[in-house]
Amino acid sequence: MKRMSITSWLWIVIGALYFLLPLIATADFSLRAEKDKLGFLAYQRVFADPKFISTFTFSLYISLITIVASIILVVPTAYWVRLRVPAFRRVFEFITLLPLIIPAVVLVFGLSRIYGKYPFQFMIETPALFVVGNVVFSLPYMYRSVDVGLRAIDVHTLTEAAQSLGASLPYTLFRVIFPNITVALLSGAFLTFAIVMGEFTMASLLVQPAFGPYMQLISSSKVYEPSAVAIISFLLTWMCTGAIQLLGRRAPGQTQIAGSR
Amino acid sequence: MSQRRINWDWLGIVPFLLFAVAFIFVPGLNIFVNSFRGPNDEFTLENIAGLFAQNIFDSFSVTVRISLASALLGGVLGLLVAYALVIGGAPRIVRTLFMTFSGVASNFAGVPLAFAFISTLGRLGLATYLLKLIGIDIYANGFNLYGFWGLVLTYTYFQMPLAILVFAPPLEGLKKQWREAAESLGANSWQYWRFIGLPILLPAMLSVFILLFGNAFGAYATAYALTGGQINLVPLVIARQISGDVLNNQGFGSALALGMIVMMAITITLYSMLQNRTAKWLK
Repeated sequence: MKRMSITSWLWIVIGALYFLLPLIATADFSLRAEKDKLGFLAYQRVFADPKFISTFTFSLYISLITIVASIILVVPTAYWVRLRVPAFRRVFEFITLLPLIIPAVVLVFGLSRIYGKYPFQFMIETPALFVVGNVVFSLPYMYRSVDVGLRAIDVHTLTEAAQSLGASLPYTLFRVIFPNITVALLSGAFLTFAIVMGEFTMASLLVQPAFGPYMQLISSSKVYEPSAVAIISFLLTWMCTGAIQLLGRRAPGQTQIAGSR
Repeated sequence: MSQRRINWDWLGIVPFLLFAVAFIFVPGLNIFVNSFRGPNDEFTLENIAGLFAQNIFDSFSVTVRISLASALLGGVLGLLVAYALVIGGAPRIVRTLFMTFSGVASNFAGVPLAFAFISTLGRLGLATYLLKLIGIDIYANGFNLYGFWGLVLTYTYFQMPLAILVFAPPLEGLKKQWREAAESLGANSWQYWRFIGLPILLPAMLSVFILLFGNAFGAYATAYALTGGQINLVPLVIARQISGDVLNNQGFGSALALGMIVMMAITITLYSMLQNRTAKWLK
């Protein structure tokens, strides 16, 4: 191993500073709620805030529903495309990548124009449209995770084996295919979870009592709590990314872009 | 007999297609149609023409400039760090740490990121304070976190790690033999980069740049949380149309959204064209 040059070290240090300084600054600020003393007061206040608990729980529910809906939508289709309609594969890929290029603002605009009025207004009056929007934005991540999973197993042989033993198609899908791509499903699920928990754009434009708008809301009335919430949110992202990296042997470069920018 | 020839397999993809049509294509089509529709349902080009009104044109212009600047800054920093990590011979542990952290940081955006930068580069921020200690008062020199450069620096926080992640594989793909071959033929370091390294990396560099541009262009949450809507980025302008103030004009809102879709479509087309070129070298 050759020795690292000074310039290489310099860039590493600059990169590390850029990464760490904002986190250190935020963490430091979040600990200063009590005068002249470092402490967790801001965190205690956040955790004691009923709005924190209610918005966090709300986003938690929405993310679980989104994950289930996204899996139900993507896995059978991806399986079926691989098995029977490979001609559709490119179209399927294209559709699942579309949400990456549609800004959230634009999608919400389009959705609320249609589903915000008769006879669909129930969708905007309930969290239904919010869930739909989240499912749309989970598609790229879910599809790519599932695709990696399906590529690793021999879908055709597994299906033939299951069917020659008398399994029906749904049985094959749920009892043979699903268990074989658990890791892929989990990594898709964690990514979706991270996206939905931090989702701000759609939640605020659709006026949902979600965690994202809550973070924004407290910044107007509180001083130290926003930093504490930012750290909590960062830890949440860390946990999800950590879980994905532990689970998957995903090569670098295949790492996904997610989150509400 | 002929009945058996009908292939019913495509039925299996109908649920997915229905979802995509209902919640992606119909809204898209709606935006497109409404962009050309006047208040009395007549065809009009007025909404599109409205995009070129001074204030809207300025919005597009500042959004593009912020996206370009943050793509350039994030891309160059990301390239240099990735170079130091991959080719500069950073210890394995440093490399793993950086790659993992990049995975997290590229997902760290929106409201919490805005807070993090307020704590860092705000008037009372840590970096502002540290810089003042060494005699640099950024606010006295016209810096404003809620303005152009503030946004660029904040966006760079998720741009740079993304660039690191995307640059690592092509840098790893630069084979040591190529350099050795060049050196044995008498090339110096500059010549190696000028005639071999850079031409090979160029498509990757351009595609990273485009990716980062698109990434910043659609950003809403970060900008909103940071500036409170003070800066007129296109996503913020569209959002105001949705929130439905008195002035809202659905046709014009649609035209704005269409403008963004067109920008993103151009971006992604360029990206995929370059991606195909890069892929050739990475085999």
